[in-house]
Amino acid sequence: MKPWVERIYNGVVKENPSFVLMLGMCPTLAVTTSARNGLGMGVSTLAVLVISNYIISLLRKVIPDEVRLPAYIVIVASLVTVVELLMEAFMPGLYGALGIYIPLIVVNCIILGRAEAYASKNPPVLSIFDGIGMGLGFTIALTIIGLVRELLGSGTVFGYGVMPDFVTPIAIFIKAPGAFLVLAVIVAIMNGVHISTRANQVVESCDGCCANCSKTCKTEEKEEEK
Amino acid sequence: MTSLLMIVVTTALINNVVLSQFLGICSFLGVSKRIKTSASLGGAVIFVITLSSAVASLLYDFVLVPLNLTYLKTIVFILVIAALVQVVEMFLKKSSPAIYKALGIYLPLITTNCAVLGVALTNVQDGYNFIESVLAGFGTAVGFTIAIILLAGIRERIDEKAVPAPFRGAPIVLLCAALMAIAFMGFSGLAV
Repeated sequence: MKPWVERIYNGVVKENPSFVLMLGMCPTLAVTTSARNGLGMGVSTLAVLVISNYIISLLRKVIPDEVRLPAYIVIVASLVTVVELLMEAFMPGLYGALGIYIPLIVVNCIILGRAEAYASKNPPVLSIFDGIGMGLGFTIALTIIGLVRELLGSGTVFGYGVMPDFVTPIAIFIKAPGAFLVLAVIVAIMNGVHISTRANQVVESCDGCCANCSKTCKTEEKEEEK
Repeated sequence: MTSLLMIVVTTALINNVVLSQFLGICSFLGVSKRIKTSASLGGAVIFVITLSSAVASLLYDFVLVPLNLTYLKTIVFILVIAALVQVVEMFLKKSSPAIYKALGIYLPLITTNCAVLGVALTNVQDGYNFIESVLAGFGTAVGFTIAIILLAGIRERIDEKAVPAPFRGAPIVLLCAALMAIAFMGFSGLAV
């Protein structure tokens, strides 16, 4: 397998950020009230992730090790601001629907996680493909969750009515509890057919958040010792 | 006065930060195994979010708005929050080792907790002034603490029960969160 194909396969299937790594849960749960919102959020994150991976990979020998996290955060925050302004100008509808979750892409664990785990150690072109793979995996996951919630909660798919009239949509699925329910069932199905996810380890031992993972694990261990 | 009280009630219960806005899910799911641990995390979160919403509100009103730089708010807020947490950690370490011992280990975790940045941005979006921002920050953090302690209480019980195999681990925790979210929807009756 060519290395760039491997990167995309890795992001979409093997280490799918939402279903396997359980990273970036805030947008995964919050904006998936419809397939269109999920797709929009996925594509925005994909764009930020690809460009940030590229820039960080180019600068990987320039950025001193001690200040790398603040440097990454500045790069990512600038890119997110660009995406936010572009979206406000050209896609006001989607911008209104996603609202606060657009600027919150900055603290999405996937982006800093990939910067730390991949882009800071690998050449620019491969980092771009890593970003595309991870971003696509995230986009696909969000669209799937969005589709399920939209179909059950409002009886439509991408805004087109597909349910027969006598089926009453179950509104709870597009409200907050629906997000937890759908994700719980998806992860349970994956567990049932023995697709190994990191979900269980995350909940068992440490906080899912990228850079802080090691710190949290230590925190919990310290607590145990007490 | 009523409107200020309403801000606290709204942010803590009606629009609960975790259960209806999905901010801070990582630590909500990750650090909710024991009631004691989640209570300490909650304490640290209350401290940091209240402080950071105060600082973010002052910065926005007196630096970003006069200079016409409001589009830089995301970058400025995340840097200020990160720096603030560092300073607070160093300050507590020197000045009050007792508080540092209780909260210190949780402080670094909170920097990338999206609830902190989320609150600062929501305050600006809603056009809150300084006092309203501080109260909204405090209310949000209290809401987070309530939610995480409740979840930890449920999880301590669930550990002893026979959960169906596919639902062990993450799914059962998410199901509990879903039921809690349904319960919290009841608070929307409090809205004026």
